[in-house]
Amino acid sequence: MIPSISSSRFYRASYLCYVVLFFIFLITPLLVVAAFSFNDSLFPSLPWNGFTWDWYLGSKEPRLGLFHDDALLESIGVSVQVAIVTTLASLALATCNAFLFEREQFPGKNFLYVLMLMPLVVPGVILGVSILVFSSTVANWFEVQFDYDFEALRPGLVLVTLGQFAFITTIATLVISARLRKFDVTQEEAAMNLGASRLTAIATVTLPFLKPALFGAGVVAFLMSFENFNTTLMLVGSDAPLTIAMFDRLREGSTPVLNAVSVLLMVGSACLALVSLFAQRPDKQ
Amino acid sequence: MSAEPGSLKRTQYRLGFWLLLAPIVLWLSLLIILPHIDMVLVSLRERVASRQYEFSFSNYTEFFTEPLYWNTFVRTAVMSIVATALTLIIAFPVSFYIAKVLSGKPKMALFILCLIPFWVSELVRTYGWMILLRETGLVSGALQWLGLVDQPVEMLYNDVAIMVGLIYTSMLFMVVPLVTTLDSLDKSLIEAGYDLGGSSWHVMKSIVIPHAMPGIMSGCIVVFMLTLGNYLTPTLLGGKDSLWFTEQIYTQFITRFNWEQGAAFGILLLVLSSLIVWLGLKITKQSFTRVMS
Repeated sequence: MIPSISSSRFYRASYLCYVVLFFIFLITPLLVVAAFSFNDSLFPSLPWNGFTWDWYLGSKEPRLGLFHDDALLESIGVSVQVAIVTTLASLALATCNAFLFEREQFPGKNFLYVLMLMPLVVPGVILGVSILVFSSTVANWFEVQFDYDFEALRPGLVLVTLGQFAFITTIATLVISARLRKFDVTQEEAAMNLGASRLTAIATVTLPFLKPALFGAGVVAFLMSFENFNTTLMLVGSDAPLTIAMFDRLREGSTPVLNAVSVLLMVGSACLALVSLFAQRPDKQ
Repeated sequence: MSAEPGSLKRTQYRLGFWLLLAPIVLWLSLLIILPHIDMVLVSLRERVASRQYEFSFSNYTEFFTEPLYWNTFVRTAVMSIVATALTLIIAFPVSFYIAKVLSGKPKMALFILCLIPFWVSELVRTYGWMILLRETGLVSGALQWLGLVDQPVEMLYNDVAIMVGLIYTSMLFMVVPLVTTLDSLDKSLIEAGYDLGGSSWHVMKSIVIPHAMPGIMSGCIVVFMLTLGNYLTPTLLGGKDSLWFTEQIYTQFITRFNWEQGAAFGILLLVLSSLIVWLGLKITKQSFTRVMS
């Protein structure tokens, strides 16, 4: 079973075989998506008609490439905006939460902690729907009471951002809390003994210590926001983020330009993954 | 002067505490608790005229009397449980291999390789399966090339395709907790099990699996919830007949604009998901906070 236990060659070979098959299963769909972005055909399917750059660089219909497809490029822009706002907001709140749960003692702390984990247990579609229902209740109330149309509470990017923020904050809180737990409080006390105020001590000693976690949580938050579909679907208005735009095209059936977008996403994710790996390396010693 | 700074400090701490507490309370109440309460309220009303509502259970009775809704609900639950079980069965040997058979660099590399697909959007992954499984896709092409079939076969738009997609999408959330818990199992315990005459099966059953239980449980819970709440994979891989419950919710809310019915469906799905998670925790005697973090 493990290397120090002897086992038959057949057993070891078949185990290895299984693991190899597993990784083929894991990687094939991605390779296929990437490969067909270079297929010289109007559909992302067999037969293979030879190599082309058209799905990236093509400039007119029906061979409109990614870099000339304004609708897709615009939706990427929308997604980036939403992701940046969501990331910054959730990091700020998550840092507060981490300090609250790691440093403070108060009645009801465990209850609040369980409540904080709740967004992870609520399916994304339902989270989106509940925020949709509540925000329109509030907006309707404003309309009846003050005859004022609260535009931000109608489906649109503000709600999309709020919906993503609602559950991404929990994940960021878990990551940052885990790091803060490892922090030696005496370092902060030392800074305060040397005359720093509590806030200065936190800003100059604790926050730098948290940096890898903040960065890691930030990357995860950005990706989760950028790739979120379920919550976004229920809250989206007229400006479609990338996942929604891609989904609409997928259902209609699309040219391999979608493969090109996918490759772009893969490259983007890979870069983020590498950056976060390097950023967290000194932490592991 | 000597007493003053102490009390000042205390009020500062109190203030700091309230400043830390306020944002989390705002977040949880405005974005999680109140929306869900409001959804319950909306699900318990019936529109009698324009902007006129009455308290009623009709949205729930509608669910229990209309077989389509009821069947979709049960079908979603059963398929999610099956998908969770299959994910666990497929992921466990691989996780064990990474955690206990390999060591050093290959171990790290294989673990990272496991994570890679999940840095890519679920949409892209599902799209990959669509290209593989569709009538003009690669699997169909490969089967023809091998001479196993003599015409293109459509493999998309059936339950197997949905299942493959769900398992694929969930894999990471099973592998990571499994590898983490298995990693903390001391190899000498396994060796001791063998030295005491245990068979492979026995060692697995009484040493490895009990040790990995927290990981198995958290993996299963996360996978189950993600599967139950999935919309993308069943819709794209299952086509029109996928009959997934989240689709019903979407249809009621967005297509039919029947929010009352949709809210009732949402509550039912939430209750189902919480119930099964709770049962899972009870049966295996795990605590919620431990499993989630």
